[in-house]
Amino acid sequence: MPRECQRSEYHVFQPLTSSPQGYGRQDLSSENQNYKGHGLSKGKEREQRASIRFKTTLMNTLMDVLRHRPGWVEVKDWLRENFDHTYMDEHVRISHFRNHYELTRKNYMVKNLKRFRKQLEREAGKLEAAKCDFFPKTFEMPCEYHLFVEEFRKNPGITWIMKPVARSQGKGIFLFRRLKDIMDWRKDTRSSDNQKDDIPVENYVAQRYIENPYLIGGRKFDLRVYVLVMSYIPLRAWLYRDGFARFSNTRFTLNSIDDQYVHLTNVAVQKTSPDYHPKKGCKWMLQHFRQYLASKHGPEAVETLFRDIDNIFVKSLQSVQKVIISDKHCFELYGYDILIDQDLKPWLLEVNASPSLTASSQEDYELKTCLLEDTLHVVDMEARLTGREKRVGGFDLMWNDGPVSREEGAPDLSGMGNFVTNTHLGCVNDRKKQLRQLFCSLQLQKKASS
Amino acid sequence: MLQEESDLSLIIAQIVQKLKGSNLYSQLERQAWASLQRPEIKLESLKEDIKEFFKISGWEKKLQNAVYSELNVFPLPSHPAAPPEHLKEPLVYMRKAQGSWEKRILKSLNSMCTELSIPLARKRPVGEQKELLNKWNEMGTDEPDLSLFRPVYAPKDFLEVLINLRNPNYENGDSLSFRTHLGLIQVPLKVKDIPELKECFVELGLNIGQLGIDDSTQVPPELFENEHVRIGQKVLAEQDSAAAQQYIRQGSPTALRAELWALILNISSQPEDVLYYEQLKTNVIQHDLLVDSLIYKDVKLTASNDDYYFVFEDYLYQVLLCFSRDTSVLSHFAFNSASPPKSYIRGKLGLEEYAVFYPPNGVIPFHGFSMYVAPLCFLYHEPSKLYQIFREMYVRFFFRLHSISSHPSGIVSLCLLFETLLQTYLPQLFYHLREIGAQPLRISFKWMVRAFSGYLATDQLLLLWDRILGYNSLEILAETGFCHVAQAVKLLSSSHFSCLSFPVSWDYRYAPPCLASNVVFYLMYIIDL
Repeated sequence: MPRECQRSEYHVFQPLTSSPQGYGRQDLSSENQNYKGHGLSKGKEREQRASIRFKTTLMNTLMDVLRHRPGWVEVKDWLRENFDHTYMDEHVRISHFRNHYELTRKNYMVKNLKRFRKQLEREAGKLEAAKCDFFPKTFEMPCEYHLFVEEFRKNPGITWIMKPVARSQGKGIFLFRRLKDIMDWRKDTRSSDNQKDDIPVENYVAQRYIENPYLIGGRKFDLRVYVLVMSYIPLRAWLYRDGFARFSNTRFTLNSIDDQYVHLTNVAVQKTSPDYHPKKGCKWMLQHFRQYLASKHGPEAVETLFRDIDNIFVKSLQSVQKVIISDKHCFELYGYDILIDQDLKPWLLEVNASPSLTASSQEDYELKTCLLEDTLHVVDMEARLTGREKRVGGFDLMWNDGPVSREEGAPDLSGMGNFVTNTHLGCVNDRKKQLRQLFCSLQLQKKASS
Repeated sequence: MLQEESDLSLIIAQIVQKLKGSNLYSQLERQAWASLQRPEIKLESLKEDIKEFFKISGWEKKLQNAVYSELNVFPLPSHPAAPPEHLKEPLVYMRKAQGSWEKRILKSLNSMCTELSIPLARKRPVGEQKELLNKWNEMGTDEPDLSLFRPVYAPKDFLEVLINLRNPNYENGDSLSFRTHLGLIQVPLKVKDIPELKECFVELGLNIGQLGIDDSTQVPPELFENEHVRIGQKVLAEQDSAAAQQYIRQGSPTALRAELWALILNISSQPEDVLYYEQLKTNVIQHDLLVDSLIYKDVKLTASNDDYYFVFEDYLYQVLLCFSRDTSVLSHFAFNSASPPKSYIRGKLGLEEYAVFYPPNGVIPFHGFSMYVAPLCFLYHEPSKLYQIFREMYVRFFFRLHSISSHPSGIVSLCLLFETLLQTYLPQLFYHLREIGAQPLRISFKWMVRAFSGYLATDQLLLLWDRILGYNSLEILAETGFCHVAQAVKLLSSSHFSCLSFPVSWDYRYAPPCLASNVVFYLMYIIDL
């Protein structure tokens, strides 16, 4: 039974249950992983490599990665439950920020983005603020209902989508075109309110539905991209080169608003579609998607698109930078859902703090295990990195308290000239080779300095 | 000298004959008439002036492209007195083998027909026609009950036939020596050896830049890639078919590939072509053929299950269903050793007046046939253009992969080339595989029959097909097969290749796992062996 993710509470750890390797489905909206490390104290030589302890509720990919990591030991008995309120030693790392919901819950994210946009407009002008227009017009329900109705009336006939703020995997989402549809829904929720006060009202957002999505083979798709944030103050974010495009199983048409299977590309929803064949994934790796676009639109258009996507990451993270409780123990791996429309403009659908790590195919399994391995490399419990790296495995340092350039040396902050961001989304990911070179050179450096 | 000249004039006459019936001819005529209005055309020098006009307006180029296209497809020169069967296939025993293979296929098809009591063709009722028309763009959503249908044959059945091919005039009385061919194919066809391949595929030499190698991230684009792209754009601007074919031997830049292939195959989407496609579509709507179910089954079994091509399922139906009704495909049987099956009106068996070709295009799809179309969906999105490109690719290349002939690009020669390369250059591997009962041809056959579609990552496959178009030959498939087998068992592990990651072990029953790695690199290796 999936559990609802509630506000600022982390979850009680589940006892470890065995699940089939590779392809099991799990509810991941509430897992939490902790790593307690006895790091190597600097400057001291140790004969035996100290071990790093870990505990996780997750099976499948993450468990495989953790178990295979040299020197990492799983602990059976763990610790406390509420990391919100406990003191963590310096060497402990935790894979969530306390109030990540500021970014990952749709209503909060919209608020933060709107506020950030206003600030940008004040400080840097309309052009700069327009860079935040990657989020379709959204209204929080029920509090912004009247504002919504105003906007609704200004654009008759367009389609809107209603999404619950806190649920995942496509649950509870529906489309509508007439106010009548949501008036009925509003009445239902209102009446239940009066009867029982202790059932919390589930917040929804009403969002303008993107009616002209980019289609491949007549199908709608969205992109899942991984961004690792190591800290918010200063903002340090890494972008993973791999990701995938998730396809809807049915052909796109605006005629069938009620057909949830057409419009929602969440794998979870697709899996229940009558068309779904488990043997065939409905995913394309990002590299394949990028090549497809390049052969259709040319490399320059694709470069522009990916630059715009980079902009989405940076602006969204900047908008919550001051709000997120900064904690040097925390890091977080986000799953960004991006939709491309027919004009090759990217839109942000949502940000997930707990992206699904269950693998749906062999290729998917490899992507996720490599992603997790590289995440752990960047987190660097083993204290191997110098902190000046711009690339670790499949991760490229995208933002380091400022844009990061592909070229060596200081970035050209004027934003003109030859500045090319250090992102390689959908590009070749020769991570094994890079990791080998990286760790070899780090070892040499260490030897040289000792 | 005289013989050559008369050969040439014969060829010219034949090409002119062919082009006279084409659209281009009537367009040129119209243009010529219209040009008389122009001031620079003078009566005294009419011929030269019109020629000049054609040159400037680009019509001469179009004509050149058409001629070049015909030359590509034109069968090898034969004796003037040769009967038409010789054009199809000069060797009698091959013809016989193809004939009996065809009989088997038809028997299988007929028995399926009788078992399921489904007619070969039927007219659709109006309601069904309407429904199909509505669903035309999403036929993939249909889930007809195909459990009773089975593919007419699979590549492995075809391989058995090829293995049993024998030339009755060939007596190999020599005792076994190291020259004896120990592979599965036992017919004495002439295949190229490495020096000849080197000569033929000179652009794949190590000293010549290639896309697929020299555009990788480590190589600065100024060294090769930028210039190559610039030349490609120039070729497209000139609309020169021959130049494009030469250019593409070094690989095509991703953004230019769709146009380059169209140029080489001489496909331009004229309104007549779109109309023709629409006509085919109407045929599909009006009549249902038994082969349609075979096509459906094949797509569901192969392309829809592919990790990347499943997206294009709908396009595959739109192309293949129309393809089976296209009678213009029948013309390629003049140089194909296969012959289109005939179907007789009930009760009139044997009477030619009551015979029709079945299916209308004469091509019976086998298991994996839809994979010929799938990679093309990556490049072309407009259905009629996609259709034309596929049809041209089929009548130029793909038909050779499932008919028995002695042509150098025919599947028999490709198999023989593959085995010879392996036996000559990797003898230990070859003997070892034979010893353990894993004849290498059994592994690579299905790759070659499908032109590697589905067995290579799309970008690698498209680079490979670039070379097929560039060299107008399928021999490259045999070379690729050789390279794959060699690579997968780590035998190319000299220091050159330490930067590439090879699998440690490989279950030979399946395709090698790292097929995403560089096809072109291995081709170059073999050329420079």
